[in-house]
Amino acid sequence: MNNNSHSIRTPMSRVRGLGAARSGTDHFWKSRVTAVANVILTVPFVVIVMMLAKADYAGAMKIVGHPLAAILLMAFITSAAIHMRLGMQVIIEDYVHSEGTKIVLLMFNTFFAVAIALASAYAILRIGFAG
Amino acid sequence: MARTGPAERPLSPHLQIYKMTITMMMSIVHRITGAALFFGTLLLVIALLALASGKTSYAMVQAIYGSIFGKLVLFGYTWALFHHMLGGIRHFVWDTAAGLDRETRFKLAWATLVGSLGLTVAAWFFYLMG
Repeated sequence: MNNNSHSIRTPMSRVRGLGAARSGTDHFWKSRVTAVANVILTVPFVVIVMMLAKADYAGAMKIVGHPLAAILLMAFITSAAIHMRLGMQVIIEDYVHSEGTKIVLLMFNTFFAVAIALASAYAILRIGFAG
Repeated sequence: MARTGPAERPLSPHLQIYKMTITMMMSIVHRITGAALFFGTLLLVIALLALASGKTSYAMVQAIYGSIFGKLVLFGYTWALFHHMLGGIRHFVWDTAAGLDRETRFKLAWATLVGSLGLTVAAWFFYLMG
């Protein structure tokens, strides 16, 4: 935070506090919000997976098809998908220095996270409505 | 003028010159487990899509996931999940500006490692015995 008279940052830019990327603490905050959700949702997730590991096909359909399990699973996967997209973005930005490759990888990162969330939600809803 | 040849000034030292500490190790492992979990979500999506597709495809997934190799991968996934979770909780502590002194840092790092291994073994113990 340079306050001397030689800074080319305007007073408005300092007050807004958004920095050069224009996003401020947005990335940090979203990663923390999803991290808290992930910790909470990991408990039911592990319980559901352990129940699934013991079940046959019909039992598994019943477990995942239960409204509570279905909603908790979708919540966990949605939160995890947002969180992992943010995390992988930082990994790419840290290690990939060629501008073109970096932009392509950042795009694929978003595509992958969205695909994971959508495919899981589709599967879970289909299982839920099949019963 | 463009510089040619190596820099004639001291360059900042990189990782290999430092003695490895448990906090360094846990920082690296936090990133590695995060990346592993990123790709590990595929395991979950595949299982859910197979279940949604029907009995035959789910039986196939059950056979692969239930094999020795499948179980090893799932055991690794379990550990990565718990380790990244506890590492994240450690970051929540640091976010409040607490626990940053040398002794607490080291304690938290060891707690992350021991805790993640403990939770993983406990989860698999419950699965195998329950």
